[in-house]
Amino acid sequence: MSAKLHVLDPTTSPSFPVAAKTMLGNTQLRKNVRHATEVIQNKRARVVSELPDWQQLREAGRQIRTHTMANLDFYLEEFERNCTKAGGVVHWARDAAEAKQIVTALVKASGSDEVIKVKSMTTEEIHLNHALEAAGIRAYETDLAELILQLGHDMPSHIVVPALHKNRQQIREIFQREMNLPELGERPQDLADAARRFLREKFLRVKTAVSGANFLIAETGGVCIIESEGNGRMCVTLPETLITIAGIDKVLPRFQDLEVMLQLIPRSATGERMNPYNSIWTGVHEGDGPRTFHVVLMDNARTEVLADEEGRQTLNCVRCGACQNACPVYRQTGGLAYGSVYAGPIGAILTPQLQQMHHAQSLPYASSLCGACYEVCPVKINIPEVLIHLRHKVVEQKDTLDAEALAMKAMGLIFRSERRFRAAQRLGRIAEAPLVRKDGQGSGWIDRLPGILGGWTQVRDLQQMPKETFREWWEKRGSRGK
Amino acid sequence: MSGGRNEVRVANEPTMNSSDARALVLRRIQAAKGAAPEATVIEREWCAIERNYQRTATRGREAVLELLEDRLRDYDAHVMRVRPNEVAATVAMMLRERGKQRVVIPAGLTADWLPEGFEFVVDHGASAVELDGFDGVVTGATVAIAETGSIVLQDVPGQGRRAVTLVPDYHLCLVRVEDVVETVPEAMDRLRATATLPTTFFSGPSATADIEMTRIKGVHGPRFLDVILVG
Repeated sequence: MSAKLHVLDPTTSPSFPVAAKTMLGNTQLRKNVRHATEVIQNKRARVVSELPDWQQLREAGRQIRTHTMANLDFYLEEFERNCTKAGGVVHWARDAAEAKQIVTALVKASGSDEVIKVKSMTTEEIHLNHALEAAGIRAYETDLAELILQLGHDMPSHIVVPALHKNRQQIREIFQREMNLPELGERPQDLADAARRFLREKFLRVKTAVSGANFLIAETGGVCIIESEGNGRMCVTLPETLITIAGIDKVLPRFQDLEVMLQLIPRSATGERMNPYNSIWTGVHEGDGPRTFHVVLMDNARTEVLADEEGRQTLNCVRCGACQNACPVYRQTGGLAYGSVYAGPIGAILTPQLQQMHHAQSLPYASSLCGACYEVCPVKINIPEVLIHLRHKVVEQKDTLDAEALAMKAMGLIFRSERRFRAAQRLGRIAEAPLVRKDGQGSGWIDRLPGILGGWTQVRDLQQMPKETFREWWEKRGSRGK
Repeated sequence: MSGGRNEVRVANEPTMNSSDARALVLRRIQAAKGAAPEATVIEREWCAIERNYQRTATRGREAVLELLEDRLRDYDAHVMRVRPNEVAATVAMMLRERGKQRVVIPAGLTADWLPEGFEFVVDHGASAVELDGFDGVVTGATVAIAETGSIVLQDVPGQGRRAVTLVPDYHLCLVRVEDVVETVPEAMDRLRATATLPTTFFSGPSATADIEMTRIKGVHGPRFLDVILVG
């Protein structure tokens, strides 16, 4: 394992415009991201169009998730009761530090110094692997993409396909080096076979597993995991001890609600009618699966999001990644520019809120508000609405002596008085004169504004102000008696 | 704004190492949105969720079975539909075609389904390494969903514990036609009574698209799947 820390941490990452600029210069990355998002988008569109009741499913999904958040305390307690009754042990964690502490202690108590892991964005969010490593526990990622990232000391750039920024040649290099397979081919099949052989031994040997969860079913105390490769099944079935960590937002009222989610998620996430495997288990079952089962319910600022009535719908997210594939900004920059394991439109609203608006304030601006994310969201989260709400919050946070805030205040004064407005127009015509350049047709253009106004002209030119305003023209016309 | 948010933080939050994280998280939730109403009110609200999506079959029985066969073939499974008295012969044919000889089966699998000439070993808690040594596994199924090409297994006689259908590289699954439904909601209806049993939905062999979005069949779960529809 690398001693160097490779994490996407919103508290230390550069702002989005800075990080995005670097990413835009990486043509290989942009090519990989464009290819991957196009393939998933097309597959998604095809299988969604097969279902005449897609909009009704989305609406049901929205209502189920909204109802869950409105009664979150009730359903969490119901889940805890039923899971405990079925032989599971439920733990609660206020924040990332506490969750890591609990999981580390549970792994040690299981008597193992290694764990096999199912892909889990929640464990990425809290950087669990580094905490385990620091405690002398070796974690093996078993999802193919996560394995690529772990062996390549890289970071996840997409919720569902976290290594989509790597192409087959790059993956082959990582596997050749880290698995010591100099002869390895570069066909995707060769690479998947290598991963199968590399991990099979771990599945059959390691006695403790860590997973995330797609849903915690309150009615039964069951846990549901949706996956493709079968690594999830291996991890939740073969070990003696299973530790599942889930955000408190993952609870689902009843078993029947899965009939909605199991239709929405596969089609949205990977463009399949159904993903290859769904596993549902409830506590401990004699003779089938782990003998010890723990669930860690983690807050980590989710209650802060819940407290904001307008931002609350962010918690409805089921982590399908459809908004990322649809986003024209994400498709240009890829996920790493967002400085968080949650990238793209959902990351732009989730990350700053999970940071209690103390970090990642540039993310709500990483969008053109085109609405493509809202259109594909399987639970109808109105991401543009939340983006605007969060921009408002960012502005509110700013110091009143901030240059932009002062300028806006001055604008307000000018717009409130006709006299001041006319004076400002005259002044503007005088002030712009040294900046104006004439083009071939004789029109005046400004290609560089000074100071903080320069942001506007960085990517566009501004036309010169007209010699005469409409009001001036109208008044002259009136005085001629017409 | 940040002042308003801070009010959500309940006063005197204890520092780490307190065992009372549970009470605190629940208090934070209640401070954020108000305490949940009574269970009867919540139940009424849950029942009021609009479910205007398709919850029942729209196709005839024959069309549903054909759809399931199509979907399974999409996943590269071999599919045959046979009468109950032809099952054993069909199992023999499929195992021979795949070159499988030593096959693990869960306890309680219908004995009439098993042909002569193969080594069928009943699972009695074999280790993962032992399971890895078998050529394949033969099981029944609880329900199959035509629209998505999914088959659902539960830990019951004839289907067995999850490891048995996971570790061997080949799975031959026998599905009774009366257990085939068209839609996901119909399947969930049938599963509700046994919802707490370990349950696995599988839709084709294991797969990944993690490398350049190229779908590769067969990563960790069984790489080869055949299905016999009985009835």
